[in-house]
Amino acid sequence: MDSITFTAIASIVTAGLTTGVGCIGPALGEGRSVATAMTALAQQPDAATSITRTLFVGLAMIESTAIYCFVVSMILIFANPFWNHLTEAAAGK
Amino acid sequence: MHLSPDEIVFWQHGVFKLNATLLFTWAIMLALALGAKLGTRRLVADLQCSRWQNALEIIVLGISRQIETIGLPHPEKYRSFLGTLFLFVAACALCTVLPGYEPPTSSLSTTTALALCVFAAVPFFAIREEGVLRYLKTFVEPTPILLPFNVISELSRTLALAVRLFGNMMSGAMILAILISITPFLFPIVMTVLGLLTGLVQAYIFAILAAVYIAAATRARHGSAPATTRLDHG
Repeated sequence: MDSITFTAIASIVTAGLTTGVGCIGPALGEGRSVATAMTALAQQPDAATSITRTLFVGLAMIESTAIYCFVVSMILIFANPFWNHLTEAAAGK
Repeated sequence: MHLSPDEIVFWQHGVFKLNATLLFTWAIMLALALGAKLGTRRLVADLQCSRWQNALEIIVLGISRQIETIGLPHPEKYRSFLGTLFLFVAACALCTVLPGYEPPTSSLSTTTALALCVFAAVPFFAIREEGVLRYLKTFVEPTPILLPFNVISELSRTLALAVRLFGNMMSGAMILAILISITPFLFPIVMTVLGLLTGLVQAYIFAILAAVYIAAATRARHGSAPATTRLDHG
């Protein structure tokens, strides 16, 4: 197996794994925070605006960890520096 | 498929490239500046004021109130900077309903520039408020052992600010492109609506985090900081 094929396989598999495994943590975190916010809303409906605002900010911050993983996968698929280097080296030969 | 609007080049002369990011940024800057200029032509301090004045007052007062709840007592000092950040990022996200438009914030260069503005604004406001020595002293608190970590956190949160906004805006456009090729009709519309919501929430978060960083740096002398500073580590 030459290095280009190996890089392609490694990039594709890693891209899938990055998003797949990287989404587990944020998913659990978002589930927990929404559940807690629901409990808080049921107990104190008067504080709904501030709870909802904090919930949205918190959700977006938790979600950004999943987004980092997504960015890494997208870089691996569409803008892979190792792949570009190897294909350029192969074309230059 | 392309990763950012940087790759769409409309015009090129030597090293100078006019790409979609630049063009749409200028368009939004022009629209925001013209809108503000035209809206404030005839300001009156009366109960009866024009619709434009009402709309702008709602926006400006809303921003002031939000800044105040973060814990910055005089919002008018920070409103021009934080409000502009929010309005620009929000306008970038809202314009995605226009066909053929790519949000400039889905390019890493734009978000890095915005994050660097925040990175520079934090010491600027802190030094104006507290003086150089007091600002530098926040780096060795609570103990001098934490000095390298404080410096690293300053840098890493700038990186996180840039990548968060870029990732959110880019993923919206990317998911849309993938969905259009799979299920062409109904689903992309739903995702566009979700993208509008995400874009506005991200604009809010970007401005709020900038406000929290400024508040954490300027409030050193007031002792304990409220719970909002705990958002630092996102």
